[in-house]
Amino acid sequence: MKVMVAVKRVVDYNVKVRVKSDHSGVDIANVKMSMNPFDEIAIEEAVRLKEKGLATEVIAVSCGVTQCTETLRTAMAIGADRGILVETTQELQPLAVAKLLKAIVEKEQIGLVIMGKQAIDDDSNQTGQMLAALADMPQATFASKVEIANGKATVAREVDGGMETLSMNLPAVITTDLRLNEPRYVTLPNIMKAKKKQLDTFKPEDLGVDIAPRIKTLQVNEPPKRGAGIKVPDVATLVAKLKTEAKVI
Amino acid sequence: MSILVIAEHDNANLKGATFNTVTAATQCGADVHVLIAGSNANAAAQQAAQIAGVSKVLLVEDASLAQGVAECVASAALAVAKNYSHILFPATAAGKNTAPRVAAKLDVAQISDITKVVSADTQAAGADTFERPIYAGNAIATVQSSDAIKVITVRSTGFDPAGSNTTAVAIETVAYNPVANAATFVSSEIAQNDRPELTAAKIIVSGGRALGSAEKFNEVMTPLADKLGAALGASRAAVDAGYAPNDWQVGQTGKIVAPQLYIAAGISGAIQHLAGMKDSKVIVAINKDPEAPIFSVADYGLEADLFTAVPELVAAL
Repeated sequence: MKVMVAVKRVVDYNVKVRVKSDHSGVDIANVKMSMNPFDEIAIEEAVRLKEKGLATEVIAVSCGVTQCTETLRTAMAIGADRGILVETTQELQPLAVAKLLKAIVEKEQIGLVIMGKQAIDDDSNQTGQMLAALADMPQATFASKVEIANGKATVAREVDGGMETLSMNLPAVITTDLRLNEPRYVTLPNIMKAKKKQLDTFKPEDLGVDIAPRIKTLQVNEPPKRGAGIKVPDVATLVAKLKTEAKVI
Repeated sequence: MSILVIAEHDNANLKGATFNTVTAATQCGADVHVLIAGSNANAAAQQAAQIAGVSKVLLVEDASLAQGVAECVASAALAVAKNYSHILFPATAAGKNTAPRVAAKLDVAQISDITKVVSADTQAAGADTFERPIYAGNAIATVQSSDAIKVITVRSTGFDPAGSNTTAVAIETVAYNPVANAATFVSSEIAQNDRPELTAAKIIVSGGRALGSAEKFNEVMTPLADKLGAALGASRAAVDAGYAPNDWQVGQTGKIVAPQLYIAAGISGAIQHLAGMKDSKVIVAINKDPEAPIFSVADYGLEADLFTAVPELVAAL
């Protein structure tokens, strides 16, 4: 079974971003970029499936600028067998990415898609579900445990009140949540091996997909600032403040 | 054009987020309908029929809809989608799970997690501009959709809940198109307790990894929550370590909350945690590390060991 994992190059999770002074967007020039943390979890899960003999090949896919090849090399260093870059400088929104991924799913006859549940830059939480719908596949989002057996996936999911378990036929789309696994550290030998693994590049036109954005960003602003707070010396003062000043208890 | 709200419910009762989503819907356009997709869901439909601002309820029932499986709920919504200019889901786990399937099948974009409806473009077509948080809420984007049908998920903390009327509007039954190859529900473990729901609670007390164990978390935080009638929350670190269940996690990819009072004990205040609670009206931080980032958002900061301070606080309340 071939497993496809989509990986996105995003601003590193430790970076506190700043809004540009012209309000056209967020300033990401010279900012550290990394693989979306949920996508690392997805690659790790796929590689574990291969190590268990449940997957034959793990293909990492990324869509975007040329530098996404770095993200693909990281995926291959974790253990993906090869990478595919869909290269474009145009702004990509989830619907377009889902269409590009669907084209690759069909091209490569993918048996299972594992993706991060959301990207930490746009926080959309859409692409996996959209891909599943376009490809007419069942889905299991926010996965915290995945079991593959006899052409089926059994997935435990984190939901608002606790946990839920679903069963579905493969091929299917699974999106990862934080506790699905802890990704392995990438070792230097594996980074070196990854440089030699196969990496193919396509353009969106090659896949017959119209990637034109549907949503326009009119402006980007900072969130409203909170007023400065104070330190209180003891519990008694805290309680007094909460009662008489803040009036919340 | 009309606005459709896909209700969140458990067949017997509507979930709170549905009411906040209706408010957002009324700001998108004048004629708001609510869809109940479920099984033996008449009770939920009756509640929907009494929400202020709603003019019609659509009820779609089938055994496969009992547990809210995304493929099936999407099918129910798609049966009527073409009649609407906007389709709104609460930005809950269920709404986030299902909405993108509807959008993709309609070949339209989705706008996730709106916190504000900015404007209507014309009276006929309804609102097309919205605000939403990006980069863990460190930036707010104002976005405009050009799609004929706008699929949207609504962040509950951005909108007041709609009220209820004593009178009820009509409930119309809609046929269900079964889905081949949907996932099937196997089981669930949903916590049952008397505490307020985290996303609707007026007061939340939240514990971090400093608590050190599930027993200590319970021993220290529960009395405080009890005294204040509060919901219990946790940082990601505490959940990862097994000190609290996953559905207590407050943060960028967990629950987004904005209570009147948020008390964070032993939580350092990582960017991702702040994303989930920085819109709280009053924030209290208890942490023995004076440099903890949580103090930068706290209205009242107490530099103290939580194992001493929290029991002291319980006694003083």
